[in-house]
Amino acid sequence: MSGEHDGDETGDTPSNSGQQFDRLPATADEREVPGRATREEVVGWWEERFGISPETFDEFTFWEKGKGKIWAFGGDTVDPIRIEGLGMAFLRTRQEHWKPTTNAVQRFGRDATKNVVELSGEAATRFAAGEDQEVEWDGDWGYLLVAHELVGEREPMGVGLYLHGELRSTVPKGRQESLPVLD
Amino acid sequence: MNPLERYAPLVDDEEAFFAACERPLPSVVRVNTIKTTPERAREALDEEDVGYEPAGWHDEILKLDGRSPGTTWPYFHGWLHGQEEVSALPALAVDPQPGEFVWDACAAPGSKTTQLAAQMDDTGLLVGNDNNLGRLSALRHNAERLGVTNLAVTNQDARNFSLKPFGSDQFGGYRYDGSDSDGDDEPDEAAREAFDRALVDAPCSCEGTVRKNPDVLDQWTLDHVHSVAGIQKGVLRRAIQATKPGGTVVYSTCTFAPEENEAILTHALEEEDCRMVEFDSPLDTVSGVTEWEGEEYHPDVTKAHRVYPHHNDTGGFFCAKLEVTA
Repeated sequence: MSGEHDGDETGDTPSNSGQQFDRLPATADEREVPGRATREEVVGWWEERFGISPETFDEFTFWEKGKGKIWAFGGDTVDPIRIEGLGMAFLRTRQEHWKPTTNAVQRFGRDATKNVVELSGEAATRFAAGEDQEVEWDGDWGYLLVAHELVGEREPMGVGLYLHGELRSTVPKGRQESLPVLD
Repeated sequence: MNPLERYAPLVDDEEAFFAACERPLPSVVRVNTIKTTPERAREALDEEDVGYEPAGWHDEILKLDGRSPGTTWPYFHGWLHGQEEVSALPALAVDPQPGEFVWDACAAPGSKTTQLAAQMDDTGLLVGNDNNLGRLSALRHNAERLGVTNLAVTNQDARNFSLKPFGSDQFGGYRYDGSDSDGDDEPDEAAREAFDRALVDAPCSCEGTVRKNPDVLDQWTLDHVHSVAGIQKGVLRRAIQATKPGGTVVYSTCTFAPEENEAILTHALEEEDCRMVEFDSPLDTVSGVTEWEGEEYHPDVTKAHRVYPHHNDTGGFFCAKLEVTA
């Protein structure tokens, strides 16, 4: 489901456009644009990676605009649609390891059951500031959901890239904050 | 000359009005109910020992003690959005419902847009438009931080906004490109023809924001008032045309100038199929004015609300609600 068949820009093969949002095909059988993720793959990825149930996304439609950039829209509209934004930038596909966005993880990640790193105190503050740090983790490598406890419940902060014992914060610059250390 | 002086004849207490305009505004946040509840947001502020006071008239609005909201955990999580107290008024007047098709004509940077999204329970289709591409990135950033997913962002001149991107051309038996994704002549199920509601939070001369940005008074000119009034008329007229009969259009500004408020409403009432409707304001307000510098306005503009800084310790504001009649 990675992007080894990235868009054939010539000839009659339909290709991805950076100018419009195209609805993802439901399944691979309906795929017309080479390399485009399907709805089934996208929803399946969240379940496989984080244990988030597919029903979470029942009311959402998924769209691609820009190569591999998947958007989650909490409703439905005409396909294709040529506008500037539709719902929330959600997931980066067409690369070996798919990467969820910080905003998607904050919005949909509360019910994650796996690949969740919980940080507390200073470690959580450092992650929100965009800092890389060594963590104790013996699970999968790659993109993990990073959370901390806020008013008695686990709250997702964003996405960390775990490699060689180090957790790299992928919180974008515009979302990084210098926050107090919570007890 | 201080342009605020021209409004002295309109206010009940000149001294209190000018004194309030000199004071800085309190730091106010709105709780984003797409991501949390007012209770949990208050508890998160308590955990960080950030003092606050609920606005009293709305449990989603909190006045913070001094500190900027950006440096708190609930802000990082998109539970809070910095938004001036009085600017919560227009979205309450719009009163959008879940599942509706709603237009925010001048949306960036998105405080009111994201409030509309929360009122719609993040469902339906909310169109946030702005003619300034640079400001659209602020709108998208704010909406995504707050977890909004029902927003479509467009970059059009609101005065001749086209609904074609949303499939409006599929109605009325006319199809502009002859195509149809499901091969019949009916509009696609997801196509939309007209808005249920619209908000025109118009660009204006902004004297009402003087407590936040005192420079607005130095930049103020009567020529600007007249030129921006032309834009305001155009956007409000388009909003009325693009909204279905029985639908709601709300017009708001942060200026005291009747040329940009009651005069714009009068123009719309004369030129378009609409009427003024009353709505309750949770803040203390006074009625729209029917006379100003020799001009007379439509008698129904008294249903609009004027908010002066000394009435509720807020910025200045104007808000009116219209119903589309045909």
